[in-house]
Amino acid sequence: MKEMLSDSQYFGLILSLGAYIAGLLLKRKYKLFIFNPLLIAIALTITILVILDIDYQSYNSSAKYLGYLLTPATVCLAIPLYEQFAMLKKNLTAILIGISSGVITSCATIFAMSLIFRLGHVEYVTLLPKSITTAIGIGLSDELNGYIAITVAAIMITGLFGNIAGEFLCRITGVKHPVARGIAIGTSTHVMGTAKAMELGEIEGAMSSLSVAVAGIITVVAAIIFEGLI
Amino acid sequence: MKYIAQFTVILTITFIGEVLNRTIPLPIPAGIYGMIILFILLVSGILKLSHVKESGKFLIYMMPLMFIPATVGLMDSWGIMQEFLTAIIVISLLSTVIVLAVAGRVTQYIIGRKQKGGRE
Repeated sequence: MKEMLSDSQYFGLILSLGAYIAGLLLKRKYKLFIFNPLLIAIALTITILVILDIDYQSYNSSAKYLGYLLTPATVCLAIPLYEQFAMLKKNLTAILIGISSGVITSCATIFAMSLIFRLGHVEYVTLLPKSITTAIGIGLSDELNGYIAITVAAIMITGLFGNIAGEFLCRITGVKHPVARGIAIGTSTHVMGTAKAMELGEIEGAMSSLSVAVAGIITVVAAIIFEGLI
Repeated sequence: MKYIAQFTVILTITFIGEVLNRTIPLPIPAGIYGMIILFILLVSGILKLSHVKESGKFLIYMMPLMFIPATVGLMDSWGIMQEFLTAIIVISLLSTVIVLAVAGRVTQYIIGRKQKGGRE
């Protein structure tokens, strides 16, 4: 039975989809933010893999096809951005300054907290790319000689947090304008937060998509400057 | 036919992004190059929204699902993370809250000031 599941070219895919549907159903039933479909799907998938004693590689041999679609999906984020082009032009200065201030804050807070936790140079540069999209983050961590697996973990924790709590965080920090909400979520929690921003509204989704691209690129430059500090 | 054509357009742009990612020595992923290219093509009118819209929206709708496999991979990096797990989690969460607040409030402040200035 175990071989049948771990050798299957479809099991990982079905497990991921099924776990996500379970997450959607739970969210519909209980409107609490902790019932985030993505969080439920991940927790449920890991639990089932551990119970059935199936390793990640076997699972991923079929589940990776979901990840395969991520690059074309990222390309398509240009569509909501284009649909909000007028909004983008109108607020261009605010958007660019907002994203840049977010990126500098990200590097500065990671620097300060790395000092508090007495992290070494390698751990510090590993965490620097944590607010940007995985694909840029991996390249940057590699460039800075960090632990790539940990960079990915920090990016996932950050993104999942944004997906779960993005809307709530905007509310408690007094970020109300739809453009500002999109910029805040996209700059801090990349594509995973953007998936949530899409649900909040068209403007939020578009601005969040824009932030992912711009913040990612600015972070590459900022991280190279911040790199030498620890 | 429409969906096949739209998917072909999207995948072609993704492919161009992939080529750029491999030829330009910067850690910028194919998806970001592709996003910039598609945006330019739409703004310049070379592509119309109808050439990509339905399939593109479908991909965006499916997006949360696409993060599942990579995040489940955390179960494998658990070992090397344990040593400074607290630091990773505290730094990730705390810094995210501060970045979100700063980026959001700065954007909101400048928009507000401009609108006020415009009215006066």
